[in-house]
Amino acid sequence: MRFDPSEIGEVLEMLLFRELDIRAVTLSVNTLPAIRPTVGDTLAALEETLEPLLKRLRPAVERVASRLGVKIVTVRLAVSPISIMLEPIGKAEAAVEIAKHLDGLAEKHGVDMVGGFSAFVHAGVSRGDAALMEALPEALNSTRRLAGFLNVASTATGVNMDAVRAAAEAVLKMEPHAAARFAATANMPEDVPFMPGAYHGLGLPDAVVNIAVSGPGVIEAVVRNMPNADVRTLHDAIKRAAFKITRLGELVGREVAKELGVPFGSVDLSVAPSPKVGDSVAAILEAVGLPRVGAPGTLFALALFVDAVKKGGAMATSTIGGLSGAFIPVSEDVVMAEAAREGALTFDTLKSTLAVCNTGIDMAGIPGDAPPDAVAALIADVMAVAVALDKALGVRLVPIPGAKPGDVYDLGGLYGRVVVMDLGKYRDIPLARRKGTAPPAVERLKKG
Amino acid sequence: MELAVVSVLGADRVGIVAGIASVLARHNVNIIDISQTVVRDIFSMVMVVDMSKADIDIAQLRKELEEEGRRLGVMVGVYHIDVFRYMQRI
Repeated sequence: MRFDPSEIGEVLEMLLFRELDIRAVTLSVNTLPAIRPTVGDTLAALEETLEPLLKRLRPAVERVASRLGVKIVTVRLAVSPISIMLEPIGKAEAAVEIAKHLDGLAEKHGVDMVGGFSAFVHAGVSRGDAALMEALPEALNSTRRLAGFLNVASTATGVNMDAVRAAAEAVLKMEPHAAARFAATANMPEDVPFMPGAYHGLGLPDAVVNIAVSGPGVIEAVVRNMPNADVRTLHDAIKRAAFKITRLGELVGREVAKELGVPFGSVDLSVAPSPKVGDSVAAILEAVGLPRVGAPGTLFALALFVDAVKKGGAMATSTIGGLSGAFIPVSEDVVMAEAAREGALTFDTLKSTLAVCNTGIDMAGIPGDAPPDAVAALIADVMAVAVALDKALGVRLVPIPGAKPGDVYDLGGLYGRVVVMDLGKYRDIPLARRKGTAPPAVERLKKG
Repeated sequence: MELAVVSVLGADRVGIVAGIASVLARHNVNIIDISQTVVRDIFSMVMVVDMSKADIDIAQLRKELEEEGRRLGVMVGVYHIDVFRYMQRI
């Protein structure tokens, strides 16, 4: 098979100058066989289940990265929801111990993050869920690599306001680095390679490899090269670029799965930014023709982009998974963070973007003394959209102690600089204290 | 055939092609295709090479070529052909 020099040049340009890399290889492992009635036995069984795979994970990823010449940014592990493992034990202290143990295992084996410190509480709270929820702030505050979520709403069951409230209160007890590893979510799919959404789903085999791609720089360059193109031509060009980015994910996923001897799961079609310059989703939207992300037209630009990414990516991989949309985590995207600091991007703008992307409100800073009512009500708003539109959405807020709107806090690494945003003037919102589960929308009836 | 793509980019000078090619020859890596240009004193070369009879693997070849690149003051990249096959062919 011969390649035209321009074809080789195009790929080289993407890899060398447009920050094209693989954001994450996530090994997802069924840890339910490690369920034991006591915490000591659980820890031993967890280690026995995970170690044989963990020992081989990073070396396998490094071999593939080296052979192909492609950069793989993070290596991650996803485990079964820890709430299930806590069912027989039912104690928050046990949850914290498991959290620390997983964190230690990750560090020992060079795994950057572990997802799955999570519970599904969209229709109610079980014994294991309760233990996990109680442990959440301490578990995340006392670890560095652990991530988790509370799934507090689903299309099938509605929005659990008790769980929304609990998620809000848990977030407010977390230190910034811990809150960056937690989200309140709705409709979480089972094969997400992105944190904090990753966990090992109930419908999966014992182990699979899921892939998260990056590559906003590639698409930004494409868009910048077409200043006079009409929107349909632009859409087509983005689609082609998304195809190529996703193909790289497919290749890496297959190769890592082969190295590890486990099935290849899926490629998340999402284009994810990083705090590096030239790796910004917001910059793509501005290249489409916005003076600043957040300006009128932002939703249109985002919708055009997301649709093109999905259509291009859909043909590039045989197994689409995860959240597959556009990621706009505010702090992790330099242009997004700058727009938030300038006030071009507010919680209201972010709430409106939910309609056309799959992130929700992600990595936005709030004052450390933010009113729990306002936080819970914001989460409830996002959950309502997720249920009404039947999509996966999340809320990841980072409380910064002593900060006021406009302040910036550096979380470092891939998390970037968190801009503290204005939650509004209302401290007292009685709705956010009402209990119970809001019923599902009529959408549910379509499923029978 | 076990194909790889070698890219070389940097300020033009005498001996870049010779330096890179000698590393390839030393390890029995065969050059299948070569495309080279100099635009405004920037040297750019892309080679497709066959590693099936090489005495080292792609990681080791990359290491040695990068070393040679540092000596010559150019940036060298080595990629498996599958990257191009996946991204440019359906």
